Amino acid sequence: MAEVTFTRPEFRVRIDKELCQQCGRCAHQCGWGVHKMDEETGYPVPDSSKCGACHRCVTFCPAQAILVEKNPLAYKHSDSFSPDLRKAVWRQAETGGVLLAGMGNDKPYLRIFDHLLLDACQVTNPSIDPLREPMELRTFLGRKPDKIEVEYVPDGNGSKPKLKTEMDRLLQIETPIVFGGMSYGSVSLNVHRSLAMAAKELGTLMNTGEGGLHADLQPYQDNIVVQCASGRFGVHADYLNAGCAVEIKIGQGAKPGIGGHLPGEKINEEVSVTRMIPQGTDALSPAPHHDIYSIEDLRQLIYALKEATGYKPVSVKIAAVHNVAAIASGVVRAGADIVYLDGFRGGTGAAPTVIRDHVGIPIELAISVVDQRLRDEGIRNRASVIAAGGIRSSADVAKAIALGADACAIGSALLVALGCHLCQKCHTGSCSWGICTQKPELTRRLDPEWGAERIVNLVTAWSHELAEILGALGVNAVESLRGSHERLRSLGLDQQTQEILGVKPAGIGH
Amino acid sequence: MIDRPARKYGGLTLPGTKIPDVGPRPSYTVEAEEGILGNCGLMGVCDEAGERMSGELAVRSMASMHDRGNGLGGGFAGYGIYPDHPEHYAFHMMYADEDARQDTEFYLARHFTIDHEEPIPTRAVRGIQDEPLLHRYFCRVEAERLQETQLSEADYVVHAFMDINSGIDGAFVASAGRNMGAFKGVGFPEEIGEFYRLDEYAGWTWTGHGRFPTNTPGWWGGAHPFCLLDYSIVHNGEISSYGINKRYLESHGYQLTLRTDTEVVTYLFDLMLRRHELPVEVACRALAAPFWKDIDLMPADDKEFYTALRTVYGPGLLNGPFAVVLGMADGMVALNDRIKLRPLVAARDGNRVYVASEESAIREICPKPEKSWMPRAGEPVIARLNAAAFGAAPQSVPVEVN
Repeated sequence: MAEVTFTRPEFRVRIDKELCQQCGRCAHQCGWGVHKMDEETGYPVPDSSKCGACHRCVTFCPAQAILVEKNPLAYKHSDSFSPDLRKAVWRQAETGGVLLAGMGNDKPYLRIFDHLLLDACQVTNPSIDPLREPMELRTFLGRKPDKIEVEYVPDGNGSKPKLKTEMDRLLQIETPIVFGGMSYGSVSLNVHRSLAMAAKELGTLMNTGEGGLHADLQPYQDNIVVQCASGRFGVHADYLNAGCAVEIKIGQGAKPGIGGHLPGEKINEEVSVTRMIPQGTDALSPAPHHDIYSIEDLRQLIYALKEATGYKPVSVKIAAVHNVAAIASGVVRAGADIVYLDGFRGGTGAAPTVIRDHVGIPIELAISVVDQRLRDEGIRNRASVIAAGGIRSSADVAKAIALGADACAIGSALLVALGCHLCQKCHTGSCSWGICTQKPELTRRLDPEWGAERIVNLVTAWSHELAEILGALGVNAVESLRGSHERLRSLGLDQQTQEILGVKPAGIGH
Repeated sequence: MIDRPARKYGGLTLPGTKIPDVGPRPSYTVEAEEGILGNCGLMGVCDEAGERMSGELAVRSMASMHDRGNGLGGGFAGYGIYPDHPEHYAFHMMYADEDARQDTEFYLARHFTIDHEEPIPTRAVRGIQDEPLLHRYFCRVEAERLQETQLSEADYVVHAFMDINSGIDGAFVASAGRNMGAFKGVGFPEEIGEFYRLDEYAGWTWTGHGRFPTNTPGWWGGAHPFCLLDYSIVHNGEISSYGINKRYLESHGYQLTLRTDTEVVTYLFDLMLRRHELPVEVACRALAAPFWKDIDLMPADDKEFYTALRTVYGPGLLNGPFAVVLGMADGMVALNDRIKLRPLVAARDGNRVYVASEESAIREICPKPEKSWMPRAGEPVIARLNAAAFGAAPQSVPVEVN
């Protein structure tokens, strides 16, 4: 009975034969092969067990004849041993393997962002109308001195102040939203193209992820952060200099403490060239960097990268784990210009489900404790903090900034803008939307210009919303919200969490 | 330890000390309960040649803006008012009771040499009641104390200032600068001026304030000006960026205890002017920064300068509606927020620079100034004491190359 599986399909796909035009588009569109056209009847016959509810067929069915619904199959109720857990047991009993999943942690943990409320002005201080007054979102990432020195130089008949302090190179972004690292290999080249074009137009940054940089993206280098991860895929001197900054990826919110795995099926010729590994081999990034076993090793790599790039800013990406404040402090003292914090809801192309769903801490707490720690140590100006891992809306961005982040990085939201429906099957490499796949018949579905436009629209919309929020708060520059816990109140959080966040409960005034 | 009942810190009032309603109302007080419009009012005047003016001038100017306050706070700062003790730190103290006074005197005697002390002279005024015990001390710091603590004299005084305000229950330092003092309390400014007998003082810089409190109840310590060392701030408005300004200052060692946004303005000036030694016009550009759209149009070196200034001092950006007047040992600065959400008018007549919330408050004391203007948003009005005319050595005079 080897072929018998206990796991029943999660969804049920039904074709309304009265509406179906027998065009076969559903069969063509589905990357997983859910729909097979029956040669005799001419109708598609769906195999529900392959469906991920990605809506590709639904979107492209001209007759709206496809219904995807939850499989109503009843399971004997247990609050403790849920059907999902039973299914996991069955799958592991069948395979003996580690369960994999894509995208971020989907478990119903407390969503702190949804328990935080922003402030607004009434009477005693006026709100500001962003449609009539300037509203500034421009942000500079990188190391800043604690103070500047000024000298006066002649200017016409008088004099004017001039900067005496030598500043480190900073990354200027026009909105406090950057793109998180998503590697070429895990996502398609067209996704990278979309991101690069959008980043340039928005005046923000894309991040290569750990898969190197395809030669086609060279023109966008002012808006690209190149990543150097433990696998060192595609890392060479030209690559390091091909961006405006370098990021050392220590960890990822979706899988803190473990490495990466890109299956050989996704390593086609172009990915192989970009990553500098043989075609068809699995790309396995080790859990730690094999040259970083302590903080002083990190310092050496940071400065090696700075030397190699003529002192471009170096970002260090760490997963939000229990001791994140002390780790971030060490990272800043090791010379990082940016600390990139990735919370436990951060996305991934593939991660062991057990790690994704059970390791790490929420980004909201990480931002607050890291920001406070850096302030307590008097080194907050030495590095910028980027918050990522569970940023779903402009409200999340505003709250993250109020908690102390300099900027937010988004990944999943960008992919959703490109068509991703969070089906969580990125690791299968058969994404029907052409996002998380290298199959040419699928990747060609994503037109980079269309993709770039969607992303530009999304980030522009969020930026407008941020401007509205700032205006309501009565400030006209994002730095006046940054770290201003005073503009947040909590609703329904326990007292200790409030204290960690440094936020008072709603109902308390000044 | 003396066991005594807990006192409510902040009220600074001693039950049963109400002044009987005996004194005459100051002649310029109009119907106090009518026409309360809201908003604070402020003024400042500085004689750049160092000629001293009677405090009555500032009181009269403020009286003309009576309607901008609600009688819950008024105050003045005068500079050059203690020619007999120009080098002493003049601690203007407010005490809730004798215990607070004893504790503070014990503290001051331990950390300073007090060369002179006296009650701050007052006269009974109708409308002023429940005043705390008011006393002033002219203090010196002995060199050995600085040696022991390894602090600069200014930092030493700041420590004492913060210690007393946060540590001694019922004691409040209104000001502790040299050759200057703050005179403030609950009442209309003209009543406060009369109460403190400001007509008996002469100074080269005066600032004044009438308060319409919104964020903190009216209490004597909460009236403006807010002072630190030789700096004094009077402020009309609300600092919407208070939350981050406060955290920024805390990470630089300031203790913010007064529950008011004006406090951050005072400390930000102290941080930028004294500790970071920024020229005052540069500090103003950090506090009310130019917009990026304007910076983008600047020549390259200016662009570099203002970009650095904004990125480094972003957490110190004062956002929200405000007009402030900063009194300093060596002059006076008035500043508006970046989109001018609070009124501020300036005028010049000879050596004197005037600023006020309303032009009428200037014309009340200088009917025909040579020039009067409306300062633009974020553009500071700076009055500098002519160094030759200035007796005491200035703390930090911004050097300009001409």
